[in-house]
This record gives sequence, C-alpha cells and structure tokens, in this order.
Amino acid sequence: MSKQVVSLNRVVIRFAGDSGDGMQLTGDRFTSETAGLGNDLNTLPDFPAEIRAPAGTVPGVSAFQLAFADHIITTPGDAPNVLVAMNPAALKANIKDLPRGADLIVNTDEFTKRNLEKVGYATNPLEDGTLEPYKVHAVALTSQTVEALKEFDLTKKEAERAKNMYALGLLSWLYSRPSEGTRKFLEKKFSSKPEILAANLAAFEAGWSFGETTESFSVQYEVAPAEMPKGTYRNITGNPALAFGLIAASERSGLPLFLGSYPITPASDILHELAKNHHFGVMTVQAEDEIAGIGSAIGAAYGGALAVTTTSGPGVALKSESIGLAVSLELPLIIVDVQRGGPSTGLPTKTEQSDLLQAMFGRNGESPVPIVAPQSPSDCFFAAMEAARIAVEYRTPVFLLSDGYLANGSEPWLVPNVDDLPVITPGFATGPNHTDADGNEEFWPYLRDPETLARPWAIPGTKGLEHRIGGLEKADGSGDVSYDPENHDRMVRLRQAKVDAIADTIPDIEVDDPTGDADVLVLGWGSTYGPIGAAVEVSRRNGVKVAQAHLRHLNPFPKNLGDVLRSYRIVLVPEMNLGQLSMLLRAKYLVDITGVNQVRGLPFKSTELIDAINAAIETLSPTTAAESE
Amino acid sequence: MTDYPALSLVPKSDIELKAKDFKSDQEVRWCPGCGDYSILSNVQGFLPELGLAKENVVFISGIGCSSRFPYYMNTFGMHSIHGRAPAISTGLAVSRPDLSIWVVTGDGDALSIGGNHLIHALRRNVNLKILMFNNRIYGLTKGQYSPTSEQGKVTKSTPEGSLDYAFNPVSLALGAEATFVARTIDSDRKHMTEVLRRAAAHEGAALVEIYQNCNIFNDGAWEPLKDNDTRDDVMMRLEDGEPIRFGRDGEKGIIRTPEGHIQVAEVAKVGEDALIRHDSHAKDPGLAFALSRLSNPRTLENTPIGVFRDIDRPSYDRLARQQIEDVIEKKGRGDLQSLINGNDTWNVN
Repeated sequence: MSKQVVSLNRVVIRFAGDSGDGMQLTGDRFTSETAGLGNDLNTLPDFPAEIRAPAGTVPGVSAFQLAFADHIITTPGDAPNVLVAMNPAALKANIKDLPRGADLIVNTDEFTKRNLEKVGYATNPLEDGTLEPYKVHAVALTSQTVEALKEFDLTKKEAERAKNMYALGLLSWLYSRPSEGTRKFLEKKFSSKPEILAANLAAFEAGWSFGETTESFSVQYEVAPAEMPKGTYRNITGNPALAFGLIAASERSGLPLFLGSYPITPASDILHELAKNHHFGVMTVQAEDEIAGIGSAIGAAYGGALAVTTTSGPGVALKSESIGLAVSLELPLIIVDVQRGGPSTGLPTKTEQSDLLQAMFGRNGESPVPIVAPQSPSDCFFAAMEAARIAVEYRTPVFLLSDGYLANGSEPWLVPNVDDLPVITPGFATGPNHTDADGNEEFWPYLRDPETLARPWAIPGTKGLEHRIGGLEKADGSGDVSYDPENHDRMVRLRQAKVDAIADTIPDIEVDDPTGDADVLVLGWGSTYGPIGAAVEVSRRNGVKVAQAHLRHLNPFPKNLGDVLRSYRIVLVPEMNLGQLSMLLRAKYLVDITGVNQVRGLPFKSTELIDAINAAIETLSPTTAAESE
Repeated sequence: MTDYPALSLVPKSDIELKAKDFKSDQEVRWCPGCGDYSILSNVQGFLPELGLAKENVVFISGIGCSSRFPYYMNTFGMHSIHGRAPAISTGLAVSRPDLSIWVVTGDGDALSIGGNHLIHALRRNVNLKILMFNNRIYGLTKGQYSPTSEQGKVTKSTPEGSLDYAFNPVSLALGAEATFVARTIDSDRKHMTEVLRRAAAHEGAALVEIYQNCNIFNDGAWEPLKDNDTRDDVMMRLEDGEPIRFGRDGEKGIIRTPEGHIQVAEVAKVGEDALIRHDSHAKDPGLAFALSRLSNPRTLENTPIGVFRDIDRPSYDRLARQQIEDVIEKKGRGDLQSLINGNDTWNVN
C-alpha cells in the first residue's frame, strides 16, 4: 500500500522513555540520518542525573528532542509535533508539553496496571479519554519487537532491548529518513556480536515495515533539505566542538595542549574527547580533585604549554584560589566552565547561565579574568580558540563559559578549513629585557609589553632568564616581592588595565536591526542565542520592530556596547539566571535593563521571548495598552 | 659530577657551577637561628654536583615559612598557594621532561591542607623531589599545632592541649605507595647531602622528610636527635646492607621477633647475626613501614634516619609521555582537518 506523502517545513520530535530504553542513542541516530539528508537541525537531550533511576518512574525518564527543517533553525523547538512515549512515566513527564492535535506514539505494552500505579495513574490514560486531544498511535512496540526477533537465538530480555531500534525504524519511515547511516553505525557497534547486530537490524526493518503497512499511520512525511551555505557539514555537539577548538588552538599556536581535569557533569566529555586525541600530543591528567586539575594546568602553563582545566560550577568554586594565583602569576590558562543548575550540586544534568558573576568576581582581591561565551554548539569551537588567543597573548587566565545545553545540544556545522583558522603567537621571552644601574643586562619578569600590558612568558629551560614568581605581590617590573603600598596600588590597576585593554582586539558588537528604527533591543549571551534568534524572527514576521545583539565577550565588553545600549528605549536581556548580565550592564553603563529570566534547567522557549518582546513593545505604546483593556 | 639515568633528559651545565651560582639576589628573611638556613645552604651546596644547567632546575613551593625557599634559589621557581605545590609540579613534570623539579613544603603545607596532593603525587610516582621541612608547628601563622605535633601539644589554638593524633610522614608516604622515602635532619649536612643525592638519583617521586627546628615557636623539637649527649642513644642511621644498630657503643640493634614484628634488642644478648640488615630496595615495604613505626613520637627514642625505601617503578610523567608516543606511533600524528571533519560529513553545493 503506498501512502500519501505530505511535505512539511519543520518537525519537532521528542523521544521519551526510561533511562535504560536507549532514548539518547535513538535520538542521536535519528539526528544523524536527518543531518545527512541536509535538513538544518537542532537537538536538546534531557536526561536525569541518576545513571539508572528506578525503572518506570518519572525521575528516571530520559528524553531527546530534535527539530529539523527545510530552512535555518536555531532552537530544538518549543513543543514537539510528535511525542514518542515508551512507557507511562514518559507519557506523564512529557504530555504537558504536547500541543493539541499533535501525534503521540505510545508503547502500549508498558501500560500495565503496575506501571500505571508506579507513576500515579489511577486509570489507563489510553482508555480513559485523557488523550483525546492528540492523534494517538497505540503501538505494541515491545511485543512487536519480540515477535519480529523470534527467529533469533535471544532471551526475551535481549529481544526487548531492541525496541528502541523498532521505534527508530518506525520514525525513520514516517519522516522518510535514509537508513544507511544507522545500518553502518550498528555494524560498527556490534561488529563482535553478529547475533545482536542482526537482531537490531531486524528490529529496525520491522519498525520501518510496520509504518508502511499499518493503518495507524495514514501519511508519510518528508522535509526538504534546507538552503544552507555551500561547504562540507557535519553534525556536532558543544563539548566535542570545544575540545576540537582547544586542539586547533594548540596546532595554530605551536603550543602542546595540556588538560588537567577532574570528572564532573556536564563537562567530562571534553576530558574524554581530548583523551582520545593523544596523537595530537595532547596531555591529559585526570587529577585527584578540582584543585589539582587546575594546579597541574598552572604548572604546565608555567612550562610553556597551552594549559586548560575543564569543570562545571561547583568545580569553579573549588578552583577559585588557584585562578587567583594564575591572575597573579599572569600565565596563560583556559578555565572551561560548562554551567549547570546551582547552587551547590544543584541540577547536574540541566542547563543554566548562573556562573557569570562567579566567573567575574568569584575570587579574593581585585582579580579580573576575561570571559568568553560560545553561542551555539558549533560555536564552542571558535570560542575556545578565542579564549586561547586571549590567554596566550595577554598571559592571563580566561573563562570559557559554556553550558549544559550547548554541551549536549547539536547542530550542523559548516566545517572550517584549518588553514583559515587564526594563528596564535606565544612569543616566549628569549633573553634579558632590562639593564640595571651598573649596565648589566638582566631579566625582569614583570616588565610589560607597552601595548598589551602582558608580561614576558619566560619558561624554565631558557638560559639566563631564571626568576621566581608567586602569589605574593610583586614589584612592578622586577617582579621581586614587594609590600610597598604605592606599588600594590599600581599593580592592581595594571592587572585591571591589561584585561580592559583586551577590548582593543575584540570586534564591536553588531546589532541586527533591519529597519534601523526599532525601539527594543534583545541582548543575549551564551546559549540563549538560538531561542532569541527564533523569537526575534517570529516577532519580525508579525510586524514587530525589534533589534537583536549577542555578546561573545563578557569581560571586557566590546567598546561600543554602552552606545548600543543607550540607543534603544528598551533593552531586554534574557538569561537563564536571575539577572547576572543585567546587573553587570546596569553597574557599568548606568542604563536600565529589562531582565527576562528563568531557571527551569531548560533553554528558553521562543514563545516566552516573543511574549517578553510584545510586553516590552506594549509599555512603549500606552494608547494601545489602554485600548486593549 | 655524577650522571644519573634519572636525570638523563635534563641538559647539563656547560660550566662548572658553584654553590654561589644557586644563590639569588634576594635577602633571606627567615628568623635568625631558623633551621631553614642550613637546609638552604645544604641544597645550594649540593646542587652543583648534579652538573645540571641551572635554568633547567625548578623549585616549587606552597605556603609557609619553608615555602619562601624558591625566592632564595637562583633557578626557576614558583611560590604557589597553600598545599598545592605537588599538583602544580605534576603538570610541569608531565609537560617538561627536561627539568629537575624540586618541591619545598612543610608539615602543615604537605600534610594538612595539601595532604591529598601529596599522597597522589607519591602513588603516581611523579618525577618530583619533595623536601618536607617538618618542625611540628605552624610557624608563619605564629604557632598553632600542626599535623605532626605530638598529641596534647599546648599552643595558642590548643590552650588545653591538642586532641589530634599525629601523622608519621614516613608511614604515610609508604602507605601512599611512595617509591622513595627518606628522613634527615637540618643540622646534619653530611647526612642530608647523602639523602639528597639518593633522592636526585631516583626516578619518580622522592619524599625527603627533613627534621627542622623552629627556634621561635617550637624550639628544641628534635633536640634529642641533635644533642651530642643523647643523639647516639635515640637515633639509628639506616644504611643499606648494614645491620641496623645504634646506641653510644652500638649496643642496640633491631631484630625480628618470632611473631614477625621488629623490636630493639641488646646486641650483647642476641648477637650481631640476629640483627636485621637494612634494604631500602626491598620490594615489600613491610620492613620500611615497621622501621617508621619504631620511634616514640614524644621522646624520639628509636628514631631511624636515612633512606627507608628506594625502589624502581616507572614515573607517571614518563608513562604519560610514552603513552603519547605510542599512540602517535600507532595512529600517526593527528591531522586537525580530519579530526574536525569526523566520519560523517555531507556536502552542500
């Protein structure tokens, strides 16, 4: 039976199931198939902190949302068009996000009395009418998978485990995805277990055939490729992109890469990715704790490596004293903070942007540290290179503020040609730089470059440059220990001036204001770029004049930022915190800022931001507001 | 000048260096009479015999009186933060095989705030020579008890006596899988030099506990080991291959009991043949540990000095470099373009 094929511009799918159901893998495979088809896409994995929460419970639900389209998109979508619920817990946890009329694919096998009771369903939602607003496709996914695999020499449990491949096959048929990539992936994954491989392939095929033949699905969909700039693409998540950016910075600076790190969610994948790449000369030390992670990185920086430590918010708190040491030593160091929900242990697997003020001020003394933030998963690559440039050329620790959404979210990436990547110049000190009163040449470790105010990077092993550095205040120039009041005042100001001077090398912030006369500016930083872009686009389509700008450098700010802020009547700043950038902007520029804030552990929905833009416009037109009352 | 295999990757000096070449232009600012002076002078006097290029020698310290040490050495140096010197040095050692790295720390710095880093540097066997000045007191913060202070120590922070049971640094290091553990005394130049020589020749982490006198806040803490009248009675010198014996006339020695313990015995009674011969190279750390437990922390009776343990195990940093070389050998040097392209690309034309 050939079915009607309907073309769609954009689809949002959410796979939801138990932590053990393989939903992340299913989502990854569907993403890969979709990327290969040339759709633009954006993903949002959402999984619990527990590795295996009790099976069938709401806390154990793991989900993966994916948006794909025939045009450029910047978010994983506000609400799914299709929800795949592998059990009652997944249904319960996700149904509230499903709009009326959306498709709901349910694994009926799991809707047993016991499972329903586990999540507090008094009656079966498949039977009690609560799912009437949706297009329900009730599929016995588990038993159909087991049935499809009955020829194989597998236990029932083993056969059941292939149900995610059955679901993937079904969805792949439904959205006309190519299956070759999944086939190859499975062949590689199970190359040593031919029986399991054959079973998974059979489950995938069975799911596909079921879609073709069942009455439950009357149409098949297709989404045409998006028009994207020419070039070679791959799909990428933020953590590997960040790791690649660090390796690229190492290659483009000629400095060996050193990572000192302690495992922490959601940053550990950067450690894993770098550890996989020792053949780039990358050194990875899994240290005994967060402090040793950064400590070993400081030691490597002292020795002339491109030194990095990776962590999340709680780890930054532990590293604070060491970051202060790096400020005092004026050595290049990259501190990657993949932000997660806080305070304390908080929400380890959920995203937040609440470490901005910690990065800015979380140390004793006047201790300025530059801050760079990527705006999308693939941008983690370029942001890492930029952080490395600042660290190396200004001899300073630099914060790279990613977050859980960027770390695990993915998008297609127009892969750059490595020859086009920026070159970073370490410029090690090679000889004396000062002549004493008696005419003897000597080396002053704190004699600064007049332009950048950076001090020389004189690494051990350089003849004649033996010198001592440390956390005690140093005399301007000679670097000797100094308790002189005037000297300390000067050194504090010099360290600040050096960080401020970085603004000379960062581009002005660009404002996207197509009509040139918008009254409202939406200013973001970090991962809010996607949702803000989506919201601004929809608002403009609705005739609303709104400008957009995004900050990559949080310290120092671009030089023109004050002028930009003052040229709009309302500046909206959406953040996944309670207003940290807003506070910095108000303090520095004495301008009013309207914060749009949420800390639900999830990215903004574009509708939230559209509402915020509309609300801002309302306040500017009192007549309209009055009329509407 | 001796060539040690452990230092084979460190460039040699092209001129003959003297102790004065290792003295920096900074005025030494320890209290007059501090034991640190003699340690500084011993280290400066010893280093020339290694024949290393001065610029390839690095001293890294934490915080405390002892940690001022790098400022006085005309080498590369870093006075870092409290307790973290072993962690910082680990990063330097892994990335720079051409350096001779010395960590200078104290009983508070190494065993209290930095305890975690110390034990991990030791078990990893990072190529660091760790000089731990033990004066059983906090000096720089003016006289609180330390992790090596004897229980009941009356200090400003413990007017009724400290409650903490003391660490025995040698026992701790042995328990932390250290490959080299030694003890010496600030005032015994000859012995310290011998211990430093053995430490320098060792590949991997070497912990050298140096009994050091703080004449301001804990004067005389090690006096029984220094006083000519008592020294020989309470202190035994561990020398490889030699029976362990001490006492003014060598009248005491260490024997193994039928139960397998060790104890002090009168040589006249047990005979010289019954004495245990010291073997720092023994694979089993049992005897070294037993020796470390002999001394009385209060009276200092039966205190061994010398090298307790000195065994071969590849250093962490060497293994780390080897691993990188092996991967490059196997896969070839990484290519950035193919790395970022990955295995799953598509083209938009």
